Amino acid sequence: MFSIFRKKPEKYPEFWQKYAAKFSEALPAEIKDTRFIAFDTETTGFNFIKDRMLCIGAVAIHNNSIDVSHSFEEYISQNTFNPETVKIHGIIQHERLETLTEEEAIKDFLKYIGNSVLVAHHAGFDIGMVNAALERINLPNLKNKVLDTSNLYRRTRIHSNLINRDKHYTLDDLAETYDIAIKDRHTAAGDAFITAIAFLKIMGTLNSDKKLNLKTLLKY
Amino acid sequence: MNTIASRIADFLKDFPPFKFLEKEQLLSISGQVKVLYLEKGKMFFSEGEKGHQHFYVVNKGAISLERKHNGELETIDKCDEGDIFGLRPLFAKENYLINAIAEEESIVYAIPIEKFKPLSEENKEVGNFLIQSFASNTRNPYSEAHKGKLVSDHGAEEHKYQSNSNLFELQPAPITRKVVLVSPDTTIRQAAQLMSEKRLGSVLVAEKGIPKGIITDEDFREMIASGEFESETTVAKIMASPVVCYPRGLSIAQAQLSMMKHHINHICITEDGTPNTKVTGILSEHDIMVSEAHNPSILMKAIQRSKSTNELKKIRHKITLLLRGFISSNIPLTHISKIIFELNDATIKRIIERCIKKLGTPPPCDFAWVSLGSQGRKEQLLQTDQDNAIIFEDVSAEKLEEARAYFLELAKKVNKRLRIIGYEYCPAEMMAKNPKYCLSLTEWKKQFSDWIVNPGNDEILLCSIFFDFDISYGNIKLTNALADHIFELTRDNRKFFAVMGATTLRNPSPLGFFRQFLVEQDGENKDYFDIKKRGITPITDAARLLILNHQVKNISNTAERFEKLAQLEPNNKELFLACAYASKVLIKLRTKHGLKNRNSGRFIDLSSLSKEERIKLKRCFKNIRQLQELIKFKFEVSPYV
Repeated sequence: MFSIFRKKPEKYPEFWQKYAAKFSEALPAEIKDTRFIAFDTETTGFNFIKDRMLCIGAVAIHNNSIDVSHSFEEYISQNTFNPETVKIHGIIQHERLETLTEEEAIKDFLKYIGNSVLVAHHAGFDIGMVNAALERINLPNLKNKVLDTSNLYRRTRIHSNLINRDKHYTLDDLAETYDIAIKDRHTAAGDAFITAIAFLKIMGTLNSDKKLNLKTLLKY
Repeated sequence: MNTIASRIADFLKDFPPFKFLEKEQLLSISGQVKVLYLEKGKMFFSEGEKGHQHFYVVNKGAISLERKHNGELETIDKCDEGDIFGLRPLFAKENYLINAIAEEESIVYAIPIEKFKPLSEENKEVGNFLIQSFASNTRNPYSEAHKGKLVSDHGAEEHKYQSNSNLFELQPAPITRKVVLVSPDTTIRQAAQLMSEKRLGSVLVAEKGIPKGIITDEDFREMIASGEFESETTVAKIMASPVVCYPRGLSIAQAQLSMMKHHINHICITEDGTPNTKVTGILSEHDIMVSEAHNPSILMKAIQRSKSTNELKKIRHKITLLLRGFISSNIPLTHISKIIFELNDATIKRIIERCIKKLGTPPPCDFAWVSLGSQGRKEQLLQTDQDNAIIFEDVSAEKLEEARAYFLELAKKVNKRLRIIGYEYCPAEMMAKNPKYCLSLTEWKKQFSDWIVNPGNDEILLCSIFFDFDISYGNIKLTNALADHIFELTRDNRKFFAVMGATTLRNPSPLGFFRQFLVEQDGENKDYFDIKKRGITPITDAARLLILNHQVKNISNTAERFEKLAQLEPNNKELFLACAYASKVLIKLRTKHGLKNRNSGRFIDLSSLSKEERIKLKRCFKNIRQLQELIKFKFEVSPYV
């Protein structure tokens, strides 16, 4: 276990300690042995402090396969409510859905992800949102390695001056390139699933010779 | 609430057997699905492999089912969107008898057999469908017997249907000689088992070789599903009788007419053509349909009549089969390219036509859809990335953006559909839906002026793609006007030709002292020979440069360019004709390897080449070297170091 926990083991609740303990195991060297978690959050807005997560959706990818029965989808009950974002994701505050408190959802999410490599589109935002929620319950940031499909996708584009290298690729752009149905865009689980399929297809291109290992991938 | 399960259910609900399930059943099965990604060319399961815990539905892409037959692999079936495969473990704890290979990059849904089996047992429709498709999945529409390779008493020549006669209908019908006969007291169950074991769509009921009746897949579907007959009933009760018989050698037209007249889809072939002599073969409507697939004129009709993109995609697959047949029977490349080009071109035209209709309003002004790169040069045999652009007529300034918006919308639709039928998006985004390549004639002229007046390396690269354009749809005046403008700009433009010449020479002669091939030194294709970079690109670049220098319009094919050059420069005639030949050899070799390895054929494993192919290749490179010498001299360039 990491030394920081030995010093103050009493500081963090048991679920965090269990989560953190998983990081004492090294990640596999090979991509095919690695568990990736593609995830997405729906939020009340884009402000890490003021806004809250409405829903977290995630799927696990292992050896080019997604097991639907092991997917993750939890809705979070709200106190803050921003009517402007309802248009985007259609989760209305009082819609009859089974909801959890933010802490419960985070707890389940940590258990679900373990030390897997996280994959998200424009990952900075989703990671930031989860970290903000962790901070509210006085916990440190996520410890997982993170891959961003918007960066990975850019690497599949041809290196040429003809393409604007700084172009901002949305998840819709990826879905169009890879012919992924975008039916439930803007539900967290739906977007996580699109991200996962896009990730698989991107990896098909980036790792066509099967020589890429996890260490190199994480540097992309 | 499970968003992902409902998304999967939403896909499955349109396809049998899932569409026969109750909503809750479907949702519960969907929640148990595994979503698998298969890269192109991946062997998913192979003959003799232990049956998986799942059977599979194709979500995106295509899976090809193959079986070894006399040491050669033959395609039994191709599964695309919504098709199910890998059913064997659902019925028996046996190993797979076939190979399943990802023909394209695919997403496949794995359905757990353990969970699905109870549903198929309680729902008769589901069960019947699965049995039915298990039987037909393993039947072989492309069997060797149809190609006339099977040795038989009567010789094989009569069921060869080649393209040497254009009158397809008058050719002999493709007869299957491997006929399975059962006696009239066989039970339905036994017959069904036999059909599934032997992978047949029908069995003949006969006594001492004399035909008494026939049972087919369709009979099983109709009679058994209706519950009218028990599986222990004898086949004599359900067979169609008497059987329509013909002697061997009947023509396709005759067979088709007879089938229509009698409302049947199988014809029995007997020794003298009457039901009183022994059975010698069987002919099914399906066989005729498959043989039609190898006929270009029928494919062309099918393209022009096609009503959906999916239909076009299926036709594309048949075009690939046709190409494979052409290459393996060593038909001259000029002939092959012309046919494949025409079929590709018709496909593009059909898509544009349909998209314009879909948009609801006619184009605001004239336009031309141009294909660039290899399709523009009429050299595209294998499906590669799409490169295309739109030129539209000049309109008044206030109407310009409106027109552009229309054509961008059109391009988006066309690009998308081309992708669906197998032309990947160009990774450099050189497609008509990119606003940079959807321009008015004046804008295009300006664009070329910029490229030609200030020729840097990128500009030359763009030029090389855009100079090989071919109009696929629209008004040829627009492309001609642009070509004239280019000739105007390039005439006696020494600077431009010098830069272009240097680019042409950037890939040096591919033979180190004519002894060893230069293979790629690094990257993922180390030790492979890059036939595109080392062979096709230098020769294509050279042809473009020389033809542009002679200001010849409307010839974009490399071999044709050299043939034209041979007329224009009699003193270099021999070299140019040799180059025309070399260009064909290189393209053919690439196509052959691409078909074999299911890829672009660009990287060739040298050890896989035959001695003859090596010699041919070396000769090609000798010609390229001479050609590059000529260019160096003519345009006063020194090659890149």
